[in-house]
Amino acid sequence: MAIERLGKLAGLVALPALAGGLYLGLVWAPPDAMMGDVQRIMYVHFPSWIATGLAYLTAFVCSLLYLVRRTPRLDYLAHAGVEVGVLFNATGLITGSIWGRPTWGVWWTWDPRLTTTAIMLVMFAGYLIVRAFIEDPDARARVAALVGIVGFVNVPIVYMSVRWWRTLHQVQSSPSTVHPDMVVALRVMMVTFALLACYLMTRRYELARLEGEAERAEAAPHG
Amino acid sequence: MSSSPAELRRAPAPSGVAAVETTGLGKRFGRTWALRGIDLEIPAGEAVALLGPNGSGKSTLLRILATAARPTLGDVRVFGFPSRTDGDAIRRRVGLLSDRPPLYDELTALENLRFAGAMYALTVSDEALRAVLARVGLAQAAEARVRTFSQGMTQRLSLARAMLQGPDLVLLDEPYNALDAAGLRLVDEFLAGLKAAGRTVILATHHIAKGLAWCDRVIALGAGRIGFDGPTARFAAQASDAAGAWA
Amino acid sequence: MPAEWRRAWAVAGKDLLTERRAKAAFNAMAFFAGLVLLTFGVALGPDAPAGDAGRGTLLQELAPGLLWVTILFAGVLAVDRSFQVELERGGMEGLRLYPGDRKAVYLGKLIANVSVMLLMEVLVLPFAGVLYSLDLWTRLPGLAVVAALATLGFAAMGTFYAALTANLRARQVLLPLLMFPVLIPVILAAVKATGLVLHGDPMDELASWVKLLGAADVLFLTVCTLAFEYVIEE
Repeated sequence: MAIERLGKLAGLVALPALAGGLYLGLVWAPPDAMMGDVQRIMYVHFPSWIATGLAYLTAFVCSLLYLVRRTPRLDYLAHAGVEVGVLFNATGLITGSIWGRPTWGVWWTWDPRLTTTAIMLVMFAGYLIVRAFIEDPDARARVAALVGIVGFVNVPIVYMSVRWWRTLHQVQSSPSTVHPDMVVALRVMMVTFALLACYLMTRRYELARLEGEAERAEAAPHG
Repeated sequence: MSSSPAELRRAPAPSGVAAVETTGLGKRFGRTWALRGIDLEIPAGEAVALLGPNGSGKSTLLRILATAARPTLGDVRVFGFPSRTDGDAIRRRVGLLSDRPPLYDELTALENLRFAGAMYALTVSDEALRAVLARVGLAQAAEARVRTFSQGMTQRLSLARAMLQGPDLVLLDEPYNALDAAGLRLVDEFLAGLKAAGRTVILATHHIAKGLAWCDRVIALGAGRIGFDGPTARFAAQASDAAGAWA
Repeated sequence: MPAEWRRAWAVAGKDLLTERRAKAAFNAMAFFAGLVLLTFGVALGPDAPAGDAGRGTLLQELAPGLLWVTILFAGVLAVDRSFQVELERGGMEGLRLYPGDRKAVYLGKLIANVSVMLLMEVLVLPFAGVLYSLDLWTRLPGLAVVAALATLGFAAMGTFYAALTANLRARQVLLPLLMFPVLIPVILAAVKATGLVLHGDPMDELASWVKLLGAADVLFLTVCTLAFEYVIEE
């Protein structure tokens, strides 16, 4: 199974890269001039978004293809993509919130990007919830694909609207100057998280495939 | 219900083509296979009795032929049109009388037919629709809401609706249900008319006697598979043999 | 394609006729909306002053938000009902059986839902105006434009998801769950725009919000119309 082998390869690279990247980010790179060590959370926060985007994009493409081709594997991969996406989405939000607390004094600001990603989380969590309510695998795959497609397509306009909503009143807070070493560490972590997302998606895909095949096999008539 | 305006506008089906052709048709609902390995060929103009106990897949088969449901496996062609790509061409040529007819309780019989006419893209006047209602014995109930109808009346209205666009392939799922003697005669008349007009008919029914009386061919389903497929005479002979064995 | 428009009108007409005859549903919706507004009034207190001095009472300042949340909730009832009526008998299957483009069915349902929601707004807005002491009459043109665009957006997504969840067990929870996140741009823009229409627009922002509503409507209509045939199949 090509996709599963590629996934394992990604995992083999990602896990040591994660260790290396964490070292680079948490120890090697210099602390931020203004925020100090707190800022190091960005080495997990930003890469989470790369992983989230990659996962949701996978789900979107697979959902589109599923409606055309109707192969169950596409549904399994879409499901995997959303689940992994939701995982990294939540990670991004939590790290963002943790970062915000010492920086701005609050657990939540209605920052446009943070708000948009919170809405994304709700949309794709909805995808997972809807799946839980449909028993017929074909109907489930079709409905889920539609939910995934419409959700994904709406993200840009959600972002636009939230940004106008927040910036017509206040200035966006921007990160300070970035030391080149930080850039190195950040890039390493971004690639690592992308690989990690791929690895997790293929593992989840494999699980979904096994579950799905078992489900469909149960239904096979005698003879 | 002979040549309606709808037929004149339809692109002619390829000639010499079977009315229904299925290869390896299968349909799964959740964990059960309602149909499995259905291979059928029904030439145009044939009247087929589709027999089988409850749950044998008769309704599912009819719904798939009408393109109200998608097959899980296999291919379906109606008048040569593949169901996956040319569903629309099929829907213009098929009429399905099902146990859950698409009627609206809050609308009158006439309004229901008007709606069906619009959805079939037919230009039919109200007089013509009233004539249709008269044909099925519902002339008096034209302005009554379907909510007030008895089951028999609903069945008659459903029949009228299914036939409205003058379909070439007529799929009847338990048409004799809930009908009184007059209603049963009505369905028999329809079947006679359909056969005379050379339409293809698939009649799914528990009423084995009626099925055998009207149809040239019998297809019997059991647990989603074809148990018997052949001329009525052979089925009748085998059935009486079996009955004889128990006597 | 006149045949497709005819189908869309037939669906819309049937839905509106059915709705008019089974009045109970619409009355319940309008009553529910009124009740929610009343409850907000009680909860927030008519005498509490607005945070922003020029805005009168708190209720007056928050009115746009309260109004649109109320309409959203009542709107969920409206779109839900538009497909439940198909499940009473074999209506859903009928929609699959009739020839022609399924987009026509979507459009028909959409027209019916927009009409029902607009009718409800015509009742609910004056009620809010009286309850919260809002000056709606002089702002009518602006309000009408915002309401029309926002309602179109609500109905576009609502009709789509209502069809998708019509057969599901926990539909009454799933439908709002799916609709609300996607409708956030519409709610945001509608509330902002309504606030600007009612309380003044010193920095000329109204046009941007109206444009956002328009863009959202275009996006929703495009995506939902294209995807609808997959929604209705079985």
